[in-house]
Amino acid sequence: MQSSLKDLEKLINSELSSKIKSSKIENNELLVETDEAELLEVVQFLKSNENCKFRQLIDIAGVDYPENEKRFELIYLFLSHEHNLRIKLLIKFQINQTIISLTKIFPSANWMEREVFDMYGVKFKNHPDLRRILTDYGFKGHPLRKDFPLTGFNEVRYSEKEKKVVYEPVKLEQNYRNFDFESPWEGTNYLKEIKDINKDGKKN
Amino acid sequence: MVKKTKSLSLNFGPQHPAAHGVLRLILELDGEIVEKADPHIGLLHRGTEKLIEQKTYTQALPYFDRLDYVAPMNQEHAFALAAEKLLSVEVPIRAKYIRVIFCEIGRILSHILNVTTQALDVGALTPSLWGFEERETLMTFYERASGSRLHANYFRTGGVHKDIPLKLVEDIEKFCKSFPKIIDDLEGLLTDNRIFKQRNVEIGIVSKQEALDHSFSGVMLRGSGVPWDLRKSQPYEIYKDLDFKIPVGKNGDCYDRYLCRIEEMRESVKIILQCIEKLPKGPVKSIDNKISPPNRDDIKQSMEALIHHFKLFTEGYRVPKGDVYTAVEAPKGEFGVYLISDGSNKPYRCKIRAPGFSHLQAMDYLIRGHMLADVPAVLGSLDIVFGEVDR
Repeated sequence: MQSSLKDLEKLINSELSSKIKSSKIENNELLVETDEAELLEVVQFLKSNENCKFRQLIDIAGVDYPENEKRFELIYLFLSHEHNLRIKLLIKFQINQTIISLTKIFPSANWMEREVFDMYGVKFKNHPDLRRILTDYGFKGHPLRKDFPLTGFNEVRYSEKEKKVVYEPVKLEQNYRNFDFESPWEGTNYLKEIKDINKDGKKN
Repeated sequence: MVKKTKSLSLNFGPQHPAAHGVLRLILELDGEIVEKADPHIGLLHRGTEKLIEQKTYTQALPYFDRLDYVAPMNQEHAFALAAEKLLSVEVPIRAKYIRVIFCEIGRILSHILNVTTQALDVGALTPSLWGFEERETLMTFYERASGSRLHANYFRTGGVHKDIPLKLVEDIEKFCKSFPKIIDDLEGLLTDNRIFKQRNVEIGIVSKQEALDHSFSGVMLRGSGVPWDLRKSQPYEIYKDLDFKIPVGKNGDCYDRYLCRIEEMRESVKIILQCIEKLPKGPVKSIDNKISPPNRDDIKQSMEALIHHFKLFTEGYRVPKGDVYTAVEAPKGEFGVYLISDGSNKPYRCKIRAPGFSHLQAMDYLIRGHMLADVPAVLGSLDIVFGEVDR
Protein backbone atom coordinates (compact mmCIF):
# COMPACT_ATOMS: atom_id res chain seq x y z
CA MET A 1 0.00 0.00 0.00
CA GLN A 2 2.96 2.28 0.67
CA SER A 3 4.06 2.27 -2.96
CA SER A 4 0.58 2.84 -4.37
CA LEU A 5 0.17 5.78 -2.02
CA LYS A 6 3.33 7.29 -3.44
CA ASP A 7 2.08 6.70 -6.97
CA LEU A 8 -1.18 8.33 -6.05
CA GLU A 9 0.63 11.31 -4.58
CA LYS A 10 2.66 11.67 -7.77
CA LEU A 11 -0.41 11.35 -9.95
CA ILE A 12 -2.36 13.96 -8.02
CA ASN A 13 0.55 16.35 -8.01
CA SER A 14 1.12 16.03 -11.74
CA GLU A 15 -2.53 16.13 -12.80
CA LEU A 16 -3.66 18.88 -10.48
CA SER A 17 -0.31 20.62 -10.09
CA SER A 18 -1.55 24.17 -9.58
CA LYS A 19 -4.48 23.21 -7.40
CA ILE A 20 -2.49 21.29 -4.83
CA LYS A 21 -0.76 23.33 -2.19
CA SER A 22 1.13 20.55 -0.51
CA SER A 23 1.01 16.83 0.00
CA LYS A 24 2.65 14.46 2.42
CA ILE A 25 2.56 10.85 3.48
CA GLU A 26 2.62 10.40 7.22
CA ASN A 27 1.74 7.31 9.26
CA ASN A 28 1.03 5.61 5.97
CA GLU A 29 -1.70 8.10 5.12
CA LEU A 30 -1.77 10.63 2.34
CA LEU A 31 -2.75 14.17 3.22
CA VAL A 32 -3.30 16.64 0.40
CA GLU A 33 -3.86 20.32 0.95
CA THR A 34 -5.80 22.35 -1.55
CA ASP A 35 -7.32 25.78 -1.83
CA GLU A 36 -10.93 26.11 -0.79
CA ALA A 37 -11.76 27.72 -4.13
CA GLU A 38 -10.51 24.66 -6.00
CA LEU A 39 -12.24 22.16 -3.75
CA LEU A 40 -14.99 21.15 -6.11
CA GLU A 41 -12.67 20.43 -9.03
CA VAL A 42 -10.23 18.48 -6.91
CA VAL A 43 -12.99 16.34 -5.45
CA GLN A 44 -14.50 15.79 -8.88
CA PHE A 45 -11.11 14.64 -10.13
CA LEU A 46 -10.59 12.31 -7.17
CA LYS A 47 -13.97 10.77 -7.72
CA SER A 48 -13.84 10.27 -11.46
CA ASN A 49 -10.17 9.66 -12.34
CA GLU A 50 -9.47 6.09 -13.35
CA ASN A 51 -6.56 5.74 -10.93
CA CYS A 52 -8.29 7.39 -8.00
CA LYS A 53 -11.95 6.40 -7.94
CA PHE A 54 -12.56 7.80 -4.49
CA ARG A 55 -16.24 7.12 -4.72
CA GLN A 56 -17.03 7.20 -1.05
CA LEU A 57 -16.88 10.20 1.23
CA ILE A 58 -16.19 8.77 4.65
CA ASP A 59 -16.38 11.86 6.79
CA ILE A 60 -15.75 15.57 7.09
CA ALA A 61 -13.84 16.66 10.15
CA GLY A 62 -13.63 20.28 11.20
CA VAL A 63 -10.74 21.54 13.29
CA ASP A 64 -10.41 24.88 15.06
CA TYR A 65 -7.06 26.61 15.55
CA PRO A 66 -8.00 29.93 17.17
CA GLU A 67 -4.46 31.28 17.01
CA ASN A 68 -4.10 30.83 13.24
CA GLU A 69 -5.05 33.51 10.77
CA LYS A 70 -6.90 30.88 8.79
CA ARG A 71 -8.72 29.63 11.79
CA PHE A 72 -10.60 26.61 10.54
CA GLU A 73 -9.56 23.48 8.79
CA LEU A 74 -11.77 20.93 7.12
CA ILE A 75 -10.47 17.47 6.46
CA TYR A 76 -12.36 15.38 3.94
CA LEU A 77 -11.77 11.65 4.23
CA PHE A 78 -12.28 9.62 1.08
CA LEU A 79 -12.17 5.92 0.42
CA SER A 80 -11.68 4.08 -2.84
CA HIS A 81 -12.99 0.54 -2.88
CA GLU A 82 -11.48 -0.24 -6.28
CA HIS A 83 -7.94 0.62 -5.32
CA ASN A 84 -8.30 0.03 -1.59
CA LEU A 85 -6.90 3.47 -0.80
CA ARG A 86 -7.72 6.32 1.49
CA ILE A 87 -6.96 9.98 1.09
CA LYS A 88 -7.31 13.01 3.31
CA LEU A 89 -8.06 16.34 1.69
CA LEU A 90 -7.36 19.44 3.73
CA ILE A 91 -8.55 23.01 3.29
CA LYS A 92 -7.80 25.98 5.52
CA PHE A 93 -9.92 29.10 5.64
CA GLN A 94 -10.82 32.15 7.62
CA ILE A 95 -13.72 32.53 9.96
CA ASN A 96 -16.17 34.26 7.62
CA GLN A 97 -15.49 32.30 4.49
CA THR A 98 -18.19 30.25 2.84
CA ILE A 99 -17.20 26.83 1.60
CA ILE A 100 -18.66 25.19 -1.45
CA SER A 101 -20.92 22.28 -0.60
CA LEU A 102 -20.15 18.79 -1.88
CA THR A 103 -23.74 17.61 -1.80
CA LYS A 104 -23.95 17.62 -5.61
CA ILE A 105 -21.10 15.13 -5.89
CA PHE A 106 -21.67 13.16 -2.70
CA PRO A 107 -25.24 13.15 -1.36
CA SER A 108 -23.92 11.93 1.97
CA ALA A 109 -22.08 15.23 2.47
CA ASN A 110 -25.43 16.72 3.41
CA TRP A 111 -25.50 15.75 7.08
CA MET A 112 -21.74 15.88 7.45
CA GLU A 113 -21.76 19.53 6.37
CA ARG A 114 -24.71 20.22 8.61
CA GLU A 115 -22.70 18.82 11.48
CA VAL A 116 -19.72 21.04 10.67
CA PHE A 117 -22.07 24.01 10.44
CA ASP A 118 -23.59 23.12 13.78
CA MET A 119 -20.31 22.51 15.56
CA TYR A 120 -18.13 25.22 14.02
CA GLY A 121 -20.47 27.70 12.35
CA VAL A 122 -18.93 27.16 8.93
CA LYS A 123 -21.34 28.09 6.16
CA PHE A 124 -21.69 26.08 2.99
CA LYS A 125 -22.66 27.46 -0.38
CA ASN A 126 -25.36 25.62 -2.38
CA HIS A 127 -26.26 23.38 0.51
CA PRO A 128 -29.91 22.31 0.15
CA ASP A 129 -30.80 22.33 3.82
CA LEU A 130 -28.28 23.94 6.13
CA ARG A 131 -29.82 23.55 9.58
CA ARG A 132 -28.42 22.60 12.94
CA ILE A 133 -28.37 18.87 13.39
CA LEU A 134 -27.01 17.59 16.70
CA THR A 135 -27.65 20.41 19.14
CA ASP A 136 -30.92 21.36 20.74
CA TYR A 137 -33.69 23.29 19.00
CA GLY A 138 -32.88 26.97 19.42
CA PHE A 139 -29.29 26.35 20.49
CA LYS A 140 -26.87 29.26 20.29
CA GLY A 141 -23.14 29.05 19.67
CA HIS A 142 -20.90 26.46 18.11
CA PRO A 143 -19.79 23.89 20.67
CA LEU A 144 -16.65 22.47 19.10
CA ARG A 145 -14.96 25.84 18.73
CA LYS A 146 -12.11 26.05 21.16
CA ASP A 147 -13.51 29.19 22.78
CA PHE A 148 -16.81 27.48 23.66
CA PRO A 149 -16.72 26.43 27.32
CA LEU A 150 -16.98 22.73 28.05
CA THR A 151 -19.84 23.26 30.47
CA GLY A 152 -21.85 25.30 27.96
CA PHE A 153 -24.13 28.23 28.81
CA ASN A 154 -27.58 26.79 29.49
CA GLU A 155 -28.87 23.88 31.46
CA VAL A 156 -32.31 22.32 31.43
CA ARG A 157 -34.43 20.89 34.18
CA TYR A 158 -38.04 19.98 34.74
CA SER A 159 -39.77 22.64 36.75
CA GLU A 160 -42.43 21.28 39.05
CA LYS A 161 -43.94 24.74 39.38
CA GLU A 162 -44.32 25.47 35.70
CA LYS A 163 -44.93 21.83 34.76
CA LYS A 164 -42.47 21.99 31.92
CA VAL A 165 -38.79 21.82 31.07
CA VAL A 166 -37.10 25.15 31.68
CA TYR A 167 -33.79 26.55 30.44
CA GLU A 168 -31.51 28.31 32.92
CA PRO A 169 -27.96 29.61 32.85
CA VAL A 170 -25.49 26.98 34.02
CA LYS A 171 -24.95 27.07 37.77
CA LEU A 172 -22.21 24.83 39.08
CA GLU A 173 -21.34 24.22 42.72
CA GLN A 174 -17.77 24.12 41.59
CA ASN A 175 -16.49 25.44 38.29
CA TYR A 176 -15.00 23.02 35.85
CA ARG A 177 -11.31 22.79 36.64
CA ASN A 178 -8.85 21.97 33.97
CA PHE A 179 -5.65 20.94 35.68
CA ASP A 180 -2.45 21.21 33.79
CA PHE A 181 -0.61 18.06 34.72
CA GLU A 182 2.02 18.40 32.09
CA SER A 183 5.41 18.58 33.67
CA PRO A 184 8.87 19.19 32.29
CA TRP A 185 9.56 15.61 33.30
CA GLU A 186 10.67 13.89 30.17
CA GLY A 187 10.11 10.27 29.36
CA THR A 188 12.46 8.41 27.10
CA ASN A 189 10.58 8.80 23.87
CA TYR A 190 8.92 12.12 24.35
CA LEU A 191 9.37 14.07 21.21
CA LYS A 192 8.62 17.43 22.71
CA GLU A 193 11.81 19.40 22.58
CA ILE A 194 13.14 20.90 25.75
CA LYS A 195 13.32 24.36 24.26
CA ASP A 196 9.57 24.28 23.73
CA ILE A 197 8.97 24.17 27.43
CA ASN A 198 8.70 27.74 28.41
CA LYS A 199 8.71 27.80 32.19
CA ASP A 200 7.21 31.27 32.40
CA GLY A 201 4.34 30.32 30.17
CA LYS A 202 3.35 27.39 32.37
CA LYS A 203 0.14 27.78 34.23
CA ASN A 204 -0.81 25.64 37.14
CA MET B 1 -63.11 15.45 -11.32
CA VAL B 2 -59.69 15.72 -9.74
CA LYS B 3 -59.79 15.10 -6.07
CA LYS B 4 -57.62 17.40 -4.04
CA THR B 5 -55.43 15.64 -1.50
CA LYS B 6 -53.55 17.21 1.34
CA SER B 7 -50.42 15.58 2.68
CA LEU B 8 -50.41 14.79 6.35
CA SER B 9 -47.47 15.45 8.63
CA LEU B 10 -46.85 12.79 11.20
CA ASN B 11 -44.48 12.96 14.09
CA PHE B 12 -42.86 9.58 14.71
CA GLY B 13 -40.98 9.43 17.99
CA PRO B 14 -38.89 10.38 19.94
CA GLN B 15 -40.88 8.27 22.38
CA HIS B 16 -41.84 5.42 20.12
CA PRO B 17 -40.85 1.80 20.74
CA ALA B 18 -39.96 1.25 17.09
CA ALA B 19 -37.83 4.38 16.93
CA HIS B 20 -34.89 2.44 18.40
CA GLY B 21 -34.08 5.03 20.97
CA VAL B 22 -34.64 8.69 20.50
CA LEU B 23 -35.24 9.20 16.81
CA ARG B 24 -37.72 11.86 15.91
CA LEU B 25 -38.97 11.38 12.41
CA ILE B 26 -41.21 13.92 10.73
CA LEU B 27 -43.09 12.08 8.05
CA GLU B 28 -45.13 13.58 5.29
CA LEU B 29 -47.82 11.18 4.23
CA ASP B 30 -50.13 10.96 1.30
CA GLY B 31 -52.66 8.52 2.63
CA GLU B 32 -50.42 5.72 3.80
CA ILE B 33 -47.59 6.48 1.38
CA VAL B 34 -44.59 8.25 2.79
CA GLU B 35 -43.67 11.25 0.68
CA LYS B 36 -40.85 12.60 2.75
CA ALA B 37 -39.04 11.70 5.92
CA ASP B 38 -37.04 14.20 7.91
CA PRO B 39 -35.12 12.60 10.77
CA HIS B 40 -34.39 14.89 13.69
CA ILE B 41 -31.42 13.59 15.57
CA GLY B 42 -29.32 14.88 18.41
CA LEU B 43 -31.67 14.07 21.26
CA LEU B 44 -28.92 11.94 22.75
CA HIS B 45 -26.08 14.32 21.91
CA ARG B 46 -23.61 14.38 24.77
CA GLY B 47 -20.73 16.22 23.19
CA THR B 48 -18.39 13.24 23.26
CA GLU B 49 -15.92 14.87 20.90
CA LYS B 50 -15.72 18.01 23.00
CA LEU B 51 -15.31 16.01 26.20
CA ILE B 52 -12.51 13.92 24.74
CA GLU B 53 -10.55 17.09 23.97
CA GLN B 54 -10.43 17.77 27.71
CA LYS B 55 -9.33 14.31 28.82
CA THR B 56 -6.11 12.39 28.66
CA TYR B 57 -5.93 9.48 26.28
CA THR B 58 -6.63 6.95 29.02
CA GLN B 59 -9.59 8.94 30.27
CA ALA B 60 -11.00 9.37 26.77
CA LEU B 61 -11.37 5.66 26.16
CA PRO B 62 -14.51 4.98 28.25
CA TYR B 63 -16.46 7.49 26.15
CA PHE B 64 -16.27 5.04 23.30
CA ASP B 65 -18.24 2.45 25.24
CA ARG B 66 -21.08 4.91 25.37
CA LEU B 67 -21.32 5.41 21.63
CA ASP B 68 -22.63 2.20 20.20
CA TYR B 69 -23.55 0.72 23.54
CA VAL B 70 -24.51 -2.67 22.18
CA ALA B 71 -20.97 -3.42 20.96
CA PRO B 72 -18.77 -1.31 23.20
CA MET B 73 -15.38 -2.89 22.67
CA ASN B 74 -15.42 -2.46 18.90
CA GLN B 75 -15.52 1.28 19.42
CA GLU B 76 -12.72 1.24 21.96
CA HIS B 77 -10.71 -0.69 19.45
CA ALA B 78 -10.77 2.12 16.88
CA PHE B 79 -9.52 4.65 19.39
CA ALA B 80 -6.85 2.35 20.79
CA LEU B 81 -5.61 1.68 17.26
CA ALA B 82 -5.46 5.40 16.49
CA ALA B 83 -3.41 6.20 19.58
CA GLU B 84 -1.16 3.22 18.93
CA LYS B 85 -0.54 4.33 15.38
CA LEU B 86 0.56 7.77 16.52
CA LEU B 87 2.72 6.36 19.30
CA SER B 88 3.98 3.47 17.15
CA VAL B 89 3.48 1.01 19.98
CA GLU B 90 3.72 -2.71 19.45
CA VAL B 91 0.76 -4.66 20.78
CA PRO B 92 1.66 -8.09 22.21
CA ILE B 93 0.29 -10.96 20.17
CA ARG B 94 -1.87 -12.37 22.97
CA ALA B 95 -3.55 -9.00 23.37
CA LYS B 96 -4.37 -8.97 19.67
CA TYR B 97 -6.09 -12.32 19.97
CA ILE B 98 -8.03 -11.26 23.03
CA ARG B 99 -9.09 -8.08 21.26
CA VAL B 100 -10.35 -10.00 18.26
CA ILE B 101 -12.26 -12.44 20.47
CA PHE B 102 -14.05 -9.61 22.21
CA CYS B 103 -14.67 -7.64 19.04
CA GLU B 104 -16.37 -10.67 17.54
CA ILE B 105 -18.37 -11.16 20.73
CA GLY B 106 -19.40 -7.54 20.28
CA ARG B 107 -20.44 -8.25 16.72
CA ILE B 108 -22.64 -11.14 17.84
CA LEU B 109 -24.09 -8.98 20.63
CA SER B 110 -25.01 -6.27 18.17
CA HIS B 111 -26.37 -8.57 15.49
CA ILE B 112 -28.54 -10.52 17.93
CA LEU B 113 -30.01 -7.28 19.16
CA ASN B 114 -30.61 -6.01 15.67
CA VAL B 115 -32.04 -9.15 14.15
CA THR B 116 -34.38 -9.80 17.03
CA THR B 117 -35.61 -6.25 17.50
CA GLN B 118 -36.17 -5.89 13.80
CA ALA B 119 -38.31 -9.01 14.02
CA LEU B 120 -40.06 -7.44 16.97
CA ASP B 121 -40.78 -4.33 14.91
CA VAL B 122 -42.50 -6.38 12.26
CA GLY B 123 -44.47 -8.40 14.74
CA ALA B 124 -42.43 -11.38 15.92
CA LEU B 125 -41.99 -11.43 19.67
CA THR B 126 -40.29 -14.76 20.34
CA PRO B 127 -36.89 -14.15 18.67
CA SER B 128 -36.12 -11.31 21.02
CA LEU B 129 -36.87 -13.47 24.04
CA TRP B 130 -34.56 -16.19 22.79
CA GLY B 131 -31.88 -13.84 21.57
CA PHE B 132 -31.63 -11.79 24.71
CA GLU B 133 -30.83 -14.86 26.75
CA GLU B 134 -27.73 -15.35 24.62
CA ARG B 135 -26.82 -11.70 24.89
CA GLU B 136 -26.92 -12.08 28.64
CA THR B 137 -24.39 -14.91 28.43
CA LEU B 138 -22.15 -12.84 26.20
CA MET B 139 -22.33 -9.87 28.48
CA THR B 140 -21.26 -12.11 31.33
CA PHE B 141 -18.13 -12.79 29.31
CA TYR B 142 -17.62 -9.08 29.05
CA GLU B 143 -18.07 -8.80 32.78
CA ARG B 144 -15.64 -11.57 33.57
CA ALA B 145 -12.95 -9.94 31.43
CA SER B 146 -13.48 -6.29 32.24
CA GLY B 147 -15.67 -6.08 35.32
CA SER B 148 -18.75 -4.61 33.68
CA ARG B 149 -21.41 -5.90 31.36
CA LEU B 150 -21.72 -2.90 29.11
CA HIS B 151 -19.24 -0.12 29.65
CA ALA B 152 -16.23 -2.32 29.52
CA ASN B 153 -13.30 0.12 29.32
CA TYR B 154 -11.15 -2.90 28.64
CA PHE B 155 -8.87 -2.00 25.75
CA ARG B 156 -5.83 0.11 26.39
CA THR B 157 -3.31 1.78 24.18
CA GLY B 158 -0.83 -1.02 23.74
CA GLY B 159 -3.03 -3.97 24.67
CA VAL B 160 -5.87 -4.78 27.01
CA HIS B 161 -6.31 -4.02 30.68
CA LYS B 162 -6.07 -7.49 32.20
CA ASP B 163 -5.45 -11.01 31.03
CA ILE B 164 -8.43 -13.32 30.80
CA PRO B 165 -8.64 -16.42 32.99
CA LEU B 166 -8.45 -19.87 31.46
CA LYS B 167 -11.94 -20.76 32.67
CA LEU B 168 -13.37 -17.84 30.72
CA VAL B 169 -11.70 -19.05 27.55
CA GLU B 170 -13.22 -22.48 28.11
CA ASP B 171 -16.65 -20.99 28.69
CA ILE B 172 -16.45 -18.87 25.55
CA GLU B 173 -15.51 -22.00 23.64
CA LYS B 174 -18.46 -23.85 25.12
CA PHE B 175 -20.74 -21.00 24.11
CA CYS B 176 -19.37 -21.06 20.56
CA LYS B 177 -20.17 -24.74 20.32
CA SER B 178 -23.76 -24.25 21.42
CA PHE B 179 -24.54 -20.93 19.78
CA PRO B 180 -24.91 -22.08 16.13
CA LYS B 181 -27.88 -24.10 17.33
CA ILE B 182 -29.49 -20.91 18.63
CA ILE B 183 -28.90 -19.21 15.29
CA ASP B 184 -30.62 -22.15 13.63
CA ASP B 185 -33.54 -21.71 15.98
CA LEU B 186 -33.76 -18.01 15.21
CA GLU B 187 -33.59 -18.76 11.53
CA GLY B 188 -36.29 -21.36 11.97
CA LEU B 189 -38.52 -18.65 13.35
CA LEU B 190 -37.75 -16.00 10.78
CA THR B 191 -35.98 -16.95 7.57
CA ASP B 192 -38.88 -18.75 5.92
CA ASN B 193 -41.55 -17.09 7.95
CA ARG B 194 -44.24 -15.84 5.59
CA ILE B 195 -45.07 -12.70 7.53
CA PHE B 196 -41.43 -11.82 8.12
CA LYS B 197 -40.73 -12.18 4.42
CA GLN B 198 -43.75 -10.15 3.42
CA ARG B 199 -42.57 -7.35 5.62
CA ASN B 200 -38.93 -7.42 4.52
CA VAL B 201 -38.46 -8.74 1.02
CA GLU B 202 -38.10 -5.91 -1.50
CA ILE B 203 -38.46 -3.27 1.15
CA GLY B 204 -35.88 -0.52 1.36
CA ILE B 205 -33.88 -1.57 -1.67
CA VAL B 206 -30.45 0.03 -2.04
CA SER B 207 -28.54 -0.31 -5.30
CA LYS B 208 -24.77 -0.62 -5.39
CA GLN B 209 -24.25 2.90 -6.68
CA GLU B 210 -26.56 4.43 -4.13
CA ALA B 211 -24.92 2.54 -1.31
CA LEU B 212 -21.62 4.12 -2.33
CA ASP B 213 -23.06 7.59 -2.80
CA HIS B 214 -24.65 7.53 0.62
CA SER B 215 -21.42 6.46 2.34
CA PHE B 216 -22.87 3.17 3.46
CA SER B 217 -20.60 0.65 5.09
CA GLY B 218 -20.81 -2.68 6.79
CA VAL B 219 -23.89 -4.78 6.26
CA MET B 220 -25.69 -1.95 4.49
CA LEU B 221 -23.03 -2.02 1.78
CA ARG B 222 -22.59 -5.78 1.64
CA GLY B 223 -26.33 -6.33 1.53
CA SER B 224 -26.28 -4.47 -1.78
CA GLY B 225 -23.64 -6.75 -3.22
CA VAL B 226 -20.43 -4.85 -2.59
CA PRO B 227 -17.91 -7.29 -1.13
CA TRP B 228 -16.19 -4.87 1.20
CA ASP B 229 -15.13 -5.64 4.72
CA LEU B 230 -12.28 -3.85 6.44
CA ARG B 231 -11.31 -7.05 8.21
CA LYS B 232 -10.46 -8.49 4.79
CA SER B 233 -9.50 -5.49 2.69
CA GLN B 234 -7.49 -3.47 5.18
CA PRO B 235 -6.81 -6.09 7.83
CA TYR B 236 -5.89 -4.91 11.28
CA GLU B 237 -4.74 -6.96 14.28
CA ILE B 238 -4.59 -10.63 13.30
CA TYR B 239 -7.52 -10.84 10.92
CA LYS B 240 -5.36 -11.78 7.99
CA ASP B 241 -4.28 -14.98 9.76
CA LEU B 242 -7.87 -16.05 10.26
CA ASP B 243 -10.11 -17.92 7.93
CA PHE B 244 -13.57 -16.46 7.52
CA LYS B 245 -15.98 -15.50 4.80
CA ILE B 246 -17.77 -12.27 4.04
CA PRO B 247 -21.46 -12.80 3.33
CA VAL B 248 -22.71 -10.56 0.53
CA GLY B 249 -26.32 -9.86 -0.36
CA LYS B 250 -27.88 -9.74 -3.79
CA ASN B 251 -30.92 -7.50 -3.82
CA GLY B 252 -30.01 -4.94 -1.19
CA ASP B 253 -33.35 -5.14 0.57
CA CYS B 254 -34.12 -5.51 4.26
CA TYR B 255 -34.34 -9.27 3.96
CA ASP B 256 -30.85 -9.60 2.44
CA ARG B 257 -29.42 -7.49 5.18
CA TYR B 258 -31.08 -9.76 7.72
CA LEU B 259 -29.53 -12.80 6.04
CA CYS B 260 -26.11 -11.13 5.98
CA ARG B 261 -26.29 -10.49 9.70
CA ILE B 262 -27.27 -14.07 10.43
CA GLU B 263 -24.34 -15.34 8.36
CA GLU B 264 -21.95 -12.88 9.97
CA MET B 265 -22.85 -14.28 13.37
CA ARG B 266 -21.88 -17.73 12.18
CA GLU B 267 -18.62 -16.39 10.81
CA SER B 268 -17.92 -14.60 14.06
CA VAL B 269 -18.34 -17.83 15.95
CA LYS B 270 -15.78 -19.42 13.63
CA ILE B 271 -13.37 -16.55 14.19
CA ILE B 272 -13.68 -16.83 17.95
CA LEU B 273 -13.07 -20.57 17.84
CA GLN B 274 -9.97 -20.09 15.69
CA CYS B 275 -8.66 -17.45 18.08
CA ILE B 276 -9.23 -19.67 21.09
CA GLU B 277 -7.42 -22.49 19.40
CA LYS B 278 -4.43 -20.32 18.52
CA LEU B 279 -4.47 -18.14 21.64
CA PRO B 280 -0.79 -17.73 22.52
CA LYS B 281 0.67 -17.10 25.95
CA GLY B 282 2.45 -13.93 26.93
CA PRO B 283 1.89 -10.38 28.09
CA VAL B 284 -1.39 -8.62 27.30
CA LYS B 285 -0.19 -5.05 27.24
CA SER B 286 2.77 -3.14 26.04
CA ILE B 287 5.79 -3.56 28.29
CA ASP B 288 6.73 0.06 27.73
CA ASN B 289 6.05 1.61 31.12
CA LYS B 290 5.80 5.05 29.64
CA ILE B 291 2.46 3.95 28.21
CA SER B 292 1.08 1.07 30.23
CA PRO B 293 1.14 1.08 34.02
CA PRO B 294 3.47 -1.28 35.90
CA ASN B 295 1.94 -4.17 37.81
CA ARG B 296 0.97 -3.98 41.45
CA ASP B 297 3.88 -6.02 42.82
CA ASP B 298 6.44 -3.80 41.18
CA ILE B 299 4.88 -0.69 42.64
CA LYS B 300 5.52 -2.02 46.15
CA GLN B 301 9.15 -2.75 45.38
CA SER B 302 10.41 -0.35 42.78
CA MET B 303 10.64 3.42 43.04
CA GLU B 304 10.74 3.68 39.26
CA ALA B 305 7.48 1.74 38.93
CA LEU B 306 5.80 3.92 41.52
CA ILE B 307 6.78 7.06 39.65
CA HIS B 308 5.54 5.61 36.39
CA HIS B 309 2.25 4.69 37.97
CA PHE B 310 1.79 8.14 39.44
CA LYS B 311 2.72 9.95 36.26
CA LEU B 312 0.51 7.78 34.09
CA PHE B 313 -2.57 8.39 36.20
CA THR B 314 -2.07 12.12 36.66
CA GLU B 315 -0.39 13.43 33.55
CA GLY B 316 -1.00 10.47 31.29
CA TYR B 317 1.24 9.86 28.33
CA ARG B 318 2.04 12.34 25.65
CA VAL B 319 1.34 11.42 22.09
CA PRO B 320 3.56 12.68 19.27
CA LYS B 321 2.25 15.41 17.03
CA GLY B 322 0.33 14.27 13.99
CA ASP B 323 -3.00 13.19 12.65
CA VAL B 324 -4.26 9.75 11.92
CA TYR B 325 -7.42 8.04 10.74
CA THR B 326 -8.09 4.49 11.79
CA ALA B 327 -11.17 2.52 11.01
CA VAL B 328 -12.45 -0.80 12.21
CA GLU B 329 -15.25 -2.95 10.91
CA ALA B 330 -17.71 -2.45 13.72
CA PRO B 331 -20.92 -4.51 13.62
CA LYS B 332 -22.76 -1.59 12.05
CA GLY B 333 -20.15 -0.63 9.52
CA GLU B 334 -16.99 1.37 9.30
CA PHE B 335 -16.35 3.00 12.64
CA GLY B 336 -13.50 5.45 12.35
CA VAL B 337 -11.55 7.74 14.60
CA TYR B 338 -9.76 10.73 13.16
CA LEU B 339 -7.32 11.81 15.82
CA ILE B 340 -5.22 14.95 15.84
CA SER B 341 -2.55 15.23 18.47
CA ASP B 342 -0.63 18.40 19.24
CA GLY B 343 2.02 16.52 21.17
CA SER B 344 0.39 16.98 24.56
CA ASN B 345 -1.30 14.46 26.81
CA LYS B 346 -4.79 15.24 25.47
CA PRO B 347 -6.16 14.82 21.96
CA TYR B 348 -6.43 18.13 20.15
CA ARG B 349 -9.34 16.86 18.11
CA CYS B 350 -11.04 13.52 17.90
CA LYS B 351 -13.59 13.16 15.13
CA ILE B 352 -15.69 10.07 15.44
CA ARG B 353 -17.04 8.57 12.27
CA ALA B 354 -20.14 6.63 13.18
CA PRO B 355 -21.62 4.34 10.53
CA GLY B 356 -25.16 4.91 11.76
CA PHE B 357 -24.95 8.61 10.98
CA SER B 358 -24.63 8.01 7.24
CA HIS B 359 -27.17 5.21 7.30
CA LEU B 360 -29.83 7.27 9.00
CA GLN B 361 -29.15 10.11 6.60
CA ALA B 362 -30.39 7.92 3.78
CA MET B 363 -33.68 7.31 5.59
CA ASP B 364 -35.49 9.87 3.46
CA TYR B 365 -34.31 8.28 0.25
CA LEU B 366 -35.00 4.73 1.47
CA ILE B 367 -38.51 5.27 2.68
CA ARG B 368 -39.92 7.51 -0.06
CA GLY B 369 -42.84 5.79 -1.74
CA HIS B 370 -43.10 3.08 0.88
CA MET B 371 -46.03 2.53 3.20
CA LEU B 372 -46.05 3.91 6.71
CA ALA B 373 -45.88 0.37 8.09
CA ASP B 374 -42.55 -0.12 6.32
CA VAL B 375 -40.90 2.64 8.31
CA PRO B 376 -40.11 0.43 11.32
CA ALA B 377 -38.94 -2.38 9.05
CA VAL B 378 -36.49 -0.14 7.19
CA LEU B 379 -35.40 1.57 10.36
CA GLY B 380 -34.79 -1.81 11.95
CA SER B 381 -32.66 -3.02 9.08
CA LEU B 382 -30.53 0.14 9.14
CA ASP B 383 -29.30 -0.97 12.55
CA ILE B 384 -29.43 2.40 14.23
CA VAL B 385 -28.16 2.93 17.73
CA PHE B 386 -28.50 6.47 18.90
CA GLY B 387 -25.47 6.45 21.09
CA GLU B 388 -23.29 6.57 18.01
CA VAL B 389 -25.49 8.62 15.71
CA ASP B 390 -25.74 11.51 18.16
CA ARG B 391 -22.37 11.09 19.85
